[in-house]
Amino acid sequence: MRTLVIAGAALLLAGQAQAKTLGVAPGGDVQEKLQTALLDARPGDTVAIAAGRYELTDGLSLDVAGVTVKGAGPAATILSFKGQKSSGEGLLITSSRVTLRDFAVEDTKGDGIKSKGADQISFINLRVEWTGGPKETNGAYGVYPVASTNVLIDKVTVKGASDAGIYVGQSKNIVLKRSRAEFNVAGIEIENSMNADVFDNVSTHNAGGILVFDLPGLPQMGGHSTRVFRNRVVDNDTPNFAPKGNIVAGVPTGTGVMVMANRDVHVFENEISGNQSSAVMLVAYRFGFTDKTYNPLPRDIVVRDNRIGRNGWDPVFEGGKVMARAMGGAVPPILWDGVTTFPGLSDVVRVRLSDGPVGNLRLAKPGAFDQANPQVTPTYGDAVLAEPRPVVLPKAQAALAP
Amino acid sequence: MSRALAALGGLLGLLALGGAPLEPGQVELKFLMAATPAPTLSAYRLFTDDAGRLPNVGVMPYALNTPLFSDYAEKSRWLYLPPGAKARYRPTGALDLPVGATLIKSFAYPADLRRPDEAVQVLETRLLIHRRAGWTALTYVWNADRTEAKLKRAGARIDVSFTDATGQPRQIDYRVPNANQCKQCHSLAGRIAPIGVKARNLNGVFAYPEGPENQLAHWKRTGRLEGAPPPDKVPRTAVWTDAAEPLAARARAYLDANCGHCHNPRGMASNTGLNLDLEETRPARLGLGKHPVAAGKGAGDLELDLVPGHPDASIIAYRMASTEPGVMMPELGRSVVHAEGLALVREYIAKMQRP
Repeated sequence: MRTLVIAGAALLLAGQAQAKTLGVAPGGDVQEKLQTALLDARPGDTVAIAAGRYELTDGLSLDVAGVTVKGAGPAATILSFKGQKSSGEGLLITSSRVTLRDFAVEDTKGDGIKSKGADQISFINLRVEWTGGPKETNGAYGVYPVASTNVLIDKVTVKGASDAGIYVGQSKNIVLKRSRAEFNVAGIEIENSMNADVFDNVSTHNAGGILVFDLPGLPQMGGHSTRVFRNRVVDNDTPNFAPKGNIVAGVPTGTGVMVMANRDVHVFENEISGNQSSAVMLVAYRFGFTDKTYNPLPRDIVVRDNRIGRNGWDPVFEGGKVMARAMGGAVPPILWDGVTTFPGLSDVVRVRLSDGPVGNLRLAKPGAFDQANPQVTPTYGDAVLAEPRPVVLPKAQAALAP
Repeated sequence: MSRALAALGGLLGLLALGGAPLEPGQVELKFLMAATPAPTLSAYRLFTDDAGRLPNVGVMPYALNTPLFSDYAEKSRWLYLPPGAKARYRPTGALDLPVGATLIKSFAYPADLRRPDEAVQVLETRLLIHRRAGWTALTYVWNADRTEAKLKRAGARIDVSFTDATGQPRQIDYRVPNANQCKQCHSLAGRIAPIGVKARNLNGVFAYPEGPENQLAHWKRTGRLEGAPPPDKVPRTAVWTDAAEPLAARARAYLDANCGHCHNPRGMASNTGLNLDLEETRPARLGLGKHPVAAGKGAGDLELDLVPGHPDASIIAYRMASTEPGVMMPELGRSVVHAEGLALVREYIAKMQRP
């Protein structure tokens, strides 16, 4: 066994010693050239895509671990999928320890860049954009790691996604920082995920800025421990253009931060202003579900020390306008549906909403907005809730930088 | 333990075989097992003719009760087993195939689908090879003269014209998958695995040269399959085109073959929570009352995956009816709508009772 381990280590070292760069330049059959490089790369290799525009007809994919795919910058190396004829995304990653950096993906028919089941997946200095502006026919997600572990997203820009610009789903251990999301339905979304740090991002001109959701019916549920801090969540003013059936179609235009279900979410030190419906909204999942382990209520939520500007002057959610009129023209910046019990669940719902004023809609059950009985208080709740510990990525990944 | 020993025995058998001189005309097992794929299909000698139609010794033709739709291409399938090696029966999932086993599938179009045996043009032949390290997927694309097929790892597009079953001329921008796309469909918990060769989907009659016989019975009788109970004790996938079979069984068979390879708890679409394989029984996992998660525009302004009685309100039917990437399902393997498959699934949904 011991010899085997040593032999394995030697192999690994040998592999790294021979790491090579596979260059791809514009011209010729770029579909075949790029895909062939992605197939030929061995662990430790770099696929270097030279500056230029690459017109692709089909999705690209990488299934080799330990590969870096590197362009000459998000304004210089452009993978255009305007003429895409197949695949659900532009670039698909299904292997671990992959770094994607310094290029752009434009106009994919479905999602932009997706990773599935990858460990240590890093998206650095990328741009994913639908160049025709926000449209319902744009792809759903720009950057889309799902069922992945150790996710790093740093200095990524996403524009025009018809669902979430940057979406991390059913993943664990996530750092999402210094990125920019604009003109998407949701700027940034963390869904059914554990341990996420979302900070120093700008989310603007979306319908909703930053969402932290937990949904039923999925292999990974029970999302928890997300810190949303030092972000600028401002002027989210693009009318929600999501296709109706999608869960984000229910995000009111002009929502700053929205937490749906989920546990241990701390929202602090953000700048939140210019969002017409509300600054921060905490709501229960409102549709039916059959999973006995699913909890539809947001709980253990802290909202503190945010710089809350003008928000909530023209709320577009159900009953919002009536509420605004009753409250002197605007709804409180922090809104909570106030659902604290759910049949079959014994978890206590605790909150500390020390920014305010807080509007507690005091709904009897999820989604019963027509029966809102709002109560406004300067703050709400004083639960002592420990902040989730900072997310720590593996050393080599944490050292990656734009 | 006995399984491990058997596997070891098989491995030793292979090693011995690798050293023995090949009979003229024998399948080149050592090329199948080599880490570097052969540049041409003929190198493996899986066929005895240049056109890839006549299988060599040890290469057995088979058919599936309900196959995946592939843009109306006609698919011919063969299984190669090394000399002396046997497939092992499993009641669910693909048969347990020994190292060296190779699944071979050729995609072809007759000039006129109403005369499927005439003027047939083969486009590509795909191999799924069971090597010691696991399964490998390779694709070989035929030349214009159909005399040689060359390895194509990065995929390709081929213009195809034919006359369809209703007599209409059709043109298809046929897509040969790249090696990763092979795996996207053939992925089970992140590793490549066979899809079609499930006992239940093989449990049907095949027209052998010596006469029709149940495939599992035939393989057992000829010493290529062990551990299989008699066919009537084996689960059976319905034949989706057989109107004599129950509608639900046909539709579930169709969804299993066309969606279940990704939409299962260990497939590429596991994260959706929608499972369409035949083993799934929970209504919510089969799409009833299920909201889309990551469908984007694929939801088509509809709210639920499957609404009993209402195909027009069901996202499953909407996505089957689309040819737009990002909307259409499956994501890979078709560019046109499978009108007949869609009609079956729509009828199934229309007649479905609320649970």
